Amino acid sequence: MAKVEVDVPPKGGFSFDLCRRNDMLSKKGINPPSYLKTGTTIVGLIFQDGVILGADTRATEGPIVADKNCEKIHYMAPNIYCCGAGTAADTEAVTDTISSQLKLHRYHTGRESRVVTALTLLKSHLFRYQGHVSAALVLGGVDVTGPHLHTIYPHGSTDTLPFATMGSGSLAAMAVFESKYHEGLSKDEGVKLVCEAICSGIFNDLGSGSNVDICVITKGQKEYLRNHLLPNPRTYVSSKGYSFTKKTEVLLTKITPLKELVDVIEGGDAMEE
Amino acid sequence: MSIFEYNGSALVAMVGKNCFAIASDRRLGVQLQTVATDFQRIFKIHDKLFVGLAGLATDAQTLYQRLVFRHKLYQLREERDMKPETFASLVSAILYEKRFGPYFCQPVIAGLGDEDKPFICTMDSIGAKELAKDFVVAGTASESLYGACESMFKPDMEPEELFETISQALLSSVDRDCLSGWGGHVYVV
Repeated sequence: MAKVEVDVPPKGGFSFDLCRRNDMLSKKGINPPSYLKTGTTIVGLIFQDGVILGADTRATEGPIVADKNCEKIHYMAPNIYCCGAGTAADTEAVTDTISSQLKLHRYHTGRESRVVTALTLLKSHLFRYQGHVSAALVLGGVDVTGPHLHTIYPHGSTDTLPFATMGSGSLAAMAVFESKYHEGLSKDEGVKLVCEAICSGIFNDLGSGSNVDICVITKGQKEYLRNHLLPNPRTYVSSKGYSFTKKTEVLLTKITPLKELVDVIEGGDAMEE
Repeated sequence: MSIFEYNGSALVAMVGKNCFAIASDRRLGVQLQTVATDFQRIFKIHDKLFVGLAGLATDAQTLYQRLVFRHKLYQLREERDMKPETFASLVSAILYEKRFGPYFCQPVIAGLGDEDKPFICTMDSIGAKELAKDFVVAGTASESLYGACESMFKPDMEPEELFETISQALLSSVDRDCLSGWGGHVYVV
């Protein structure tokens, strides 16, 4: 009798059933596709009242720009945000997973999440997969112990720094930080410095581009400035638009009206015993 | 040769005024030989939600069957249809679950959400969502499609104009790609 495989919804975690087939395909010379990467410039710095995080908004697929305005600053907790560089699916999945774990932890303990909690959860997850989950993160937040900024590398190592940059544009941004950063920056000075660093990455690194996103976290409040700066507007749009002289040849048209919702009439006899 | 170039595909979805359009080519090939000229790549999940699957045809069909199964379970449990945003998260989770042995498929999801607001999104083969307000593309002809859509797209188009635009973008792009072609299927909702 043939064994029937039932597709039950999975219990969570990764599933490796297609690995053998994919291995066989690559041995035959058929290569796996390239994943969506966030080429990226991500930065963070600590100023006098808290933490400022910044990121560009370009997502690349090989040499092509797949998304001109993607979000790289991910929510972890009301007082903790995380910028992600590397494979887009990995950064999104890892930050979403740890964000849910932090929420459960908040319910469990009844307290505001601490940045070191998020840090430990992230680094243990990444270490467990030995760097195959390719996510390089800049984690920043303000908790009861004060403002914190950390960088996390794909293999699971971490650094605690007053200012940090990650991604392909990190060298360009770090150059700006190293020359202009000093302790005790005010909020406006900090935002201006972060913008300068990201712009330096956008204009000098080919993997970063489009707009600048900023997130300012202070004790008790956060300000998410999506598209704070738009240094690359589209100025070459033709006002007339496209007019098609030769119409598309239609072979077959099928118009299906969508079904009307049926009203359920309450009432009727109750079920007999 | 890349796994995506085994069967060849071209998919595009565009947003209009309270409507969306999703279009695909019709060729199914085995490397350079054409095997079918009426292959269906866009599938209906429910009346207001369509998903197109580019890439390896066998994975596209398997993934479609898995998604229909999950949606039917959802309908039985919740007694309503899935919203496009929820469906996109579901597809992303199913694809990321196979992170180290992925389905070789790039989905394009298009649907009408609350108050008939159009929603489109695409993903890479491991589930990285890419939401867009104007258009999304996938498949072997994606580079030409990016160019064609970038120049031909206008915001807030009516259904007839949207149909014309998306067809012209699709047909001109597949003409520049040998692995996709043989006309197109367009769904305007």
